[in-house]
This record gives sequence, C-alpha cells and structure tokens, in this order.
Amino acid sequence: MDLSFDLLGNALVSGLLLGGFYAAVTIGVSISFGMLDIVNIAHPAFIILGSYTAYIANSVFGFDPILSSIVLLPAFYLLGMAIYHVYDVSFERRGDASIRGLAFFFGVLFITEVTLVLVFGVDYRLVDAPYVGPSLHFGVIDLPLRLLVPFLVSCALIGSLQLFMSYTFLGRAVQAVAQDPMALRLMGANPSKIKRIAFGLSIASCSVAGAILIIIQPVEPSIARDYIGRIFAICVMGGLGSFGGTIIAAVILGVMESLTSTFYGPSWSPAVAFGFLLITLAVRPSGLFGRT
Amino acid sequence: MSNTLLSVAGLGKRFGGFTALNDVDLDVAEGERLGLIGPNGSGKSTLVNCLCGTLRNDMGKVTFGGHALNGMAAHRRTRLGMARSFQLPRPFTTLTLAENIRVPILYAANVKTGGHAVDPRERCDALLDMVGLLPKADLKPADLTQIEMRKLELARAMASDPRLLIADEAMAGLSNQEVDEILALLLKLNGQGVTIIMIEHIMRAVLAFSQRLVVLVAGRKIADGLPQDVIRQPDVVAAYLGS
Amino acid sequence: MRNAYFVLAALAVAVVTFAVARLIDNAYVFFAGYVVLQYVVLATAWNILGGFTGYVNFGTAAFFALGAYTTVVLHKTMPFLPLPAMMLIGGAISGLIGLGMGYLTLRLRGTFFSIATLAMAVVAQTLITNWNFVGGSRGAYIIRPSDSPIFSGDYIQYLFVVMLALSVISVSLARAIQFSRLGFGFSAIRDDEGAAEASGVPTLKLKLIATALSGGLMGMAGAPLPYYVTYLDPASGFSLSYAVNTIAMPLIGGTATWLGPVIGAILLGTLQQVATVTISSALSLLLVGVLLVTFVIAAPKGIVGWFKK
Repeated sequence: MDLSFDLLGNALVSGLLLGGFYAAVTIGVSISFGMLDIVNIAHPAFIILGSYTAYIANSVFGFDPILSSIVLLPAFYLLGMAIYHVYDVSFERRGDASIRGLAFFFGVLFITEVTLVLVFGVDYRLVDAPYVGPSLHFGVIDLPLRLLVPFLVSCALIGSLQLFMSYTFLGRAVQAVAQDPMALRLMGANPSKIKRIAFGLSIASCSVAGAILIIIQPVEPSIARDYIGRIFAICVMGGLGSFGGTIIAAVILGVMESLTSTFYGPSWSPAVAFGFLLITLAVRPSGLFGRT
Repeated sequence: MSNTLLSVAGLGKRFGGFTALNDVDLDVAEGERLGLIGPNGSGKSTLVNCLCGTLRNDMGKVTFGGHALNGMAAHRRTRLGMARSFQLPRPFTTLTLAENIRVPILYAANVKTGGHAVDPRERCDALLDMVGLLPKADLKPADLTQIEMRKLELARAMASDPRLLIADEAMAGLSNQEVDEILALLLKLNGQGVTIIMIEHIMRAVLAFSQRLVVLVAGRKIADGLPQDVIRQPDVVAAYLGS
Repeated sequence: MRNAYFVLAALAVAVVTFAVARLIDNAYVFFAGYVVLQYVVLATAWNILGGFTGYVNFGTAAFFALGAYTTVVLHKTMPFLPLPAMMLIGGAISGLIGLGMGYLTLRLRGTFFSIATLAMAVVAQTLITNWNFVGGSRGAYIIRPSDSPIFSGDYIQYLFVVMLALSVISVSLARAIQFSRLGFGFSAIRDDEGAAEASGVPTLKLKLIATALSGGLMGMAGAPLPYYVTYLDPASGFSLSYAVNTIAMPLIGGTATWLGPVIGAILLGTLQQVATVTISSALSLLLVGVLLVTFVIAAPKGIVGWFKK
C-alpha cells in the first residue's frame, strides 16, 4: 500500500464531500424510518427517479439539474403523500405493518427499477453542467466541483429541513408524532395527516438527492441497490431520527469508502457500508446518537 | 417458616438519565400471596420485566429457587418456573386458544419434566376448563371479550406449570363481577401451591388477596408488611393522596 | 396425514410429472420445468423463515448464488464429484453463512434483520465479483455433460429430476415442520416474539434454525444452476428478480402453510415463462412486481386464504 500523502489527503477530502452527499441521500430515510418507523426500502429507487427526472430536464430541455430538481420538489412531495396514503390504508391501520409493509416497499422498489429499465434502458446516463468537470486546486489537494457543488446543495437541503423541523408548527408536530402519537392526538392534530406530510417531505428530498447523485456519478437503474446498504448503515450508525447523527455517520462512511476505494480499488466500496452496518448492529444498535 | 422462593437484592434499572428502579429489595416465600402496588410510573412494570428477563437490570441480584438469574434469558426463567401474564394481553393471534395454551406446555412444562410426562391435549383442556374457556378452544383470540382475553392470558401463564406467577394488572378495566372472577381464580391457583405476586390498582382486590403488601414509589420500595399496617403508613397515604 | 404417507404421495406426483414430461418429449418442457421447480424450492425455503417465523429475507439471491458459485469452485477443483454431493456442500455453506449472519442480526428487531439481508446480498455479490478464481465480473463457463448419469436421456432431464427430488424434500420438510413442535414455536415467534419468549420458547435458537434451514435449502437450489445455464456471472446469479420472486410467490400463494409457496411458485413461475416467451422478460418481471404489490395490499392471506373462507 503506497501511503503517499497527496493520495491520502485527496482521499480524505473526497470522502468528506462524498459523506455530505450521503447525508442528503439518507436524510429522507432519517425521517421515514427514524421518525415514522416506516421501513421504506424503496427510498433509493425514488432517488434514482430523481436522477432520471433531472436527466430529462437537462438533456431534453437544457435546464440545470439542481434547479430543475428544486422545481420538481412539489411533484415528488405529492408522490410521497400518495404512497403514504396507500401504505396507511393498507397496512398501518390494519395493524399489520411489518412483513407486508416491507414486501410492499420492496415491490415498489422493484417496479420502479424495472420500469426505468423499460423506459431508459440499462445504459449509464449523465448530465451536462458547468460544474461537472472543473476542479479547484489548493496545493496538492484537488476539490472537484462535481463533488463540491453537491456537498453545498446537500448542506442547504439538510439545513432547510432542520429549520423546518425546529421552527415550524408542522415540523415540531412531526417530531412529536415520532415520540408520542397519543399526546399529539390529544392536542388536536391528526397523526395520520402529520405522517403523510412527513413522508411527503421524505420523498421530496429524493428529487434533490437524485439530481446531485447524477452530478457525482453516471446513473443506471440498478445502482439503487448499492445505496440501500449505505442508507440504512448510516441511519443505524447515526441513530434513528437524529439529523446530527446522520450527518456524522454519513461523513464517516464517505471517508471510509473513499479511503478503501483509493487504496484497495473501487469495486470494494459496497462492502464497506455493510461492514459498518453489521458492526453497528452487533455492538451498539442504538447508534451514536439515537434514542433506544 | 416457608422457604424463600424469590430473592431480590439491590435491584436497579436506569433508562438513560431516568432511574426506574432504585435499590429494591424483596423476598417472596414459597406459597405466599404478595401484593405490589404503587402509583403510575413507580416502576412496577419495570420490576416485573427485570424479574422475568425481558429487561436486564443494571444493578443487584435476583435469585429464584436457588438459581442466580442475572443475565439469564427470559425463556429459561420460564422453564425454571417463573411465569407472568401481560398487562395488555398478548395472545398468539393466528393460533386457536388451544394452540395458544399448547405453546408453553410444549416449551416450558414438558421441558421441565424432561420429555412428555404430561399429555399436551389433556393438560390443555384442563387449563381451558379451569378458566371456563373450554367451549371456545377452537376459536381465535380475536373472537374473545376483554375478560376472556385476560383469562386466556392467565391460563397461558399457568400452562408452563410455574412455581411463581406474576399477575400484572390482570383486573384493570374489568367490572366488579369480573374482578371477583379473576380474584377467585388467583386464590384457587394459590391454593394449589402456586406463589403469586399480584400487581394491581384495584384496592379492594389487593387487600382481599394479599398476605403481604409491598409499595413502590418512584422506583423505591417504601413499605413492606401486613396490608392493614401498610395502608396506614403516612408515606403510603401521601403517595396516593399527595402530601 | 402422517409424514411418511405425504412423502410417498409427493414422490408419486413427482414420478407422474416426470413420466408426463418424457411423453411430451419436448426439450423446452424440461428447461422451463426446471425453473418452475427451482422456484418451488426457493419459495418453500423462504417461507420457513418468512411465513412461518415472520422474518423477511430480501437476500435470497445471496444464498442461492453462493450455492451456485460453490458448484463452480467444486467443478474446477473436484470435477469428479457427483451433482448431489455438490448440492449438499453448497447447501451446507449457504446454511452456515445464514447462521453466521443470523447470529449477528437476529437478536434485534425483524426490520434490522431484513435490511441486513439486503445489504448482505450486495456484499456477497461484491466479493464474488472481485474473486478471479470464479471468473469475477467476466463470469465463468461450465461445460454441461451431454448425458444423464442415471437413466437414458440428456443432462437437462437429469437436472429436472434432481430439482424434482429437491422439491419433494423441501415441501415434505416444510409440511413436517408446520405440524411439529418446532412449527408451533415458529408461529409463536411470528405472532408475538416477546410473549413467545415468556412462554418458554427459545426464540434466538429457533430463529437461527429457521435461517440455517432456509438458507441451506436455497443454496441447494442454486447448486445445479451453473450446469443449467453453462455461463454464470455475478449479475445474473445475484439478480434481484430472485428476491422478488421468492417473496411474491409465498405472499401470493399464502404464507401460513406449506401449500401456499407451492401454488404461488407454480402459478407465477409458469406465468413468467409464458410471458418471457410471448411478451418480453423485462415486462414479465414488471408483472411480478405489480402482482406482489397488488396481493400484498388486497389479498393478505394469499390464494390459500381465499379458499379457507
């Protein structure tokens, strides 16, 4: 192993930026799984959907992928609400959430992937934007803009979600429903409605996450599966429902993957997330910051 | 003087920053009828869960029938002879009543006797009959009324052939007559030699049942003695009426 | 019906099936039939852990492909081994992996176990893709013998018979479990794990047994695959369609009994074979996904459940 310091330095910086991106990818699940206790394993599929919508906006209409993803936020939000409604009526109300809920989302994951293959084929897709390509240079450290811009967008996304959670009535209601649905009901708010909004937000975040994904790397339908392990590893490591924990865990994972990729080869990356997941589950299942 | 069946020494349990149980000592003699009361949130359920192994206690020791229980899995405690009924009944919903009773017979009672000393079918019918549910043996729990569910819960706890039964608020929400039914059942079981710890809020039932009364407040044991003495203790009165 | 009688009945059905297939004398029947039987085994195996015990395994592909790749390794190192021996070894390895993974994750909530299975499938695929001895991402070529070693016919007919035998074994096993003390323990865990533990059921031990059995059977189902396809690469061996199918089939057929997965596998398996030939394989996959979601929402007890009412 050639421990050259520029290589190490660059790996660390890329890892940091990548970690920021992973946090954006995971933040939606931190809401749906961490706060609402809904195991939406189809989340990565919606992210990929976000990538493809950004791709269409970019290749067909020439729009900037990030801006178009923001414009599409309401559409994804409505999609999230619709899916939650089906989930709620079919499973949650019948008190039968676990196996069938999991199977439902797995089916949705699968249907999304196969539909994307049917429509777009299995070729890799990219977007064209002024920040995909150039890098900033600080001495021996390269800061590729295609990593830096997503990192900044990710910070903005998480920041605005955190502000919403802490400072708006709806946001605080979401936190309340996570901790004590009965108390919320007694206060006159309808937990189902609050959960629907929260889930809608969770899917809305996929629009932006998908856009920055396709900036970082070329996308094809089956890469959703690589992200399931990462997302849940981050959620579990960071502690369910904790935004801060999610960010820290995401950065740790990003750095570990980057180091592995640089020194052992990129084909080992998917294994890193799983290794983390297993270790966390075995040693400290409540994660770094989670509630038990 | 009877033998001590259950011995709890210095039991402690914390949840993060919250101390649910603080230095609890308790001895229960074989064949005794013990009542355990306390305001909501005083730690009664936590105590039960620590005794049965559902939760792990942070401090202290639990000894049952001479066996040290610390760290022992819940199913092994049941096999040693400690059974509990759940506050909110938790039946096996896809199984019939008879099958519900069968599970502990197969996995606890028969294991203790080292095989098949007891015919599961016979014992199952006997237990259901004891609680008056034999006619409904082939129905599912969803078809039962509240009190029938409570009875099923008790019957299932008895199916493991326990030496100690912990009845966790088995009477909550029942009518006067239904409370009497459950009370009679528990007294009958005790008559057959089963040591019983009754956790309850319904005072008349606790006082009618217990030979000894223990009071838990904010995770601490504040009283332990004859029922008529304990209920007159100033701190017990204060805990219930406010000081 | 006692277990012995059931096994005899199942064997009789198997013999008749094979005889009919020989009469039709069309190679396609054996090719398609192999796939349907493979799914009977996979669905039954999945259901032991999923339907009976309540723990959802998304990583079917991992156990299945490990069995297949064990055969690839054995084929290269010990080619003299007969196929049934390779299947036993493949099954043992998959079973052990299942046991190991289960030991790490089964002490936690069921949802964590399910997520871990999905992640495990990705990791297993990564490991195999990086292993050059079995061909890595370029895949491995296996030469299929031309003749069946035990009766007169070609090797595909032999594979068909092998899978038929495995189907009889797994279905008989599932049925025996369903009516046994072990099956009661599984059901108790599925309905309420905490109450099961309080009733004296050693939940961790039983879950490990279910995982090992389920994984082992899946590995055995995967072991003959290299001879069937003659070219095996990680992308196809670990295909997500295995996971979706093995979940969809029991859910559609009915998860509470041994019969549900069989019905689901035969119906859905045949449907897919027909759809692949008449429409396209991608659309037939889409169909499976849609059926899964539809049944999960609308018919929770599956086809067997319809008839029980």
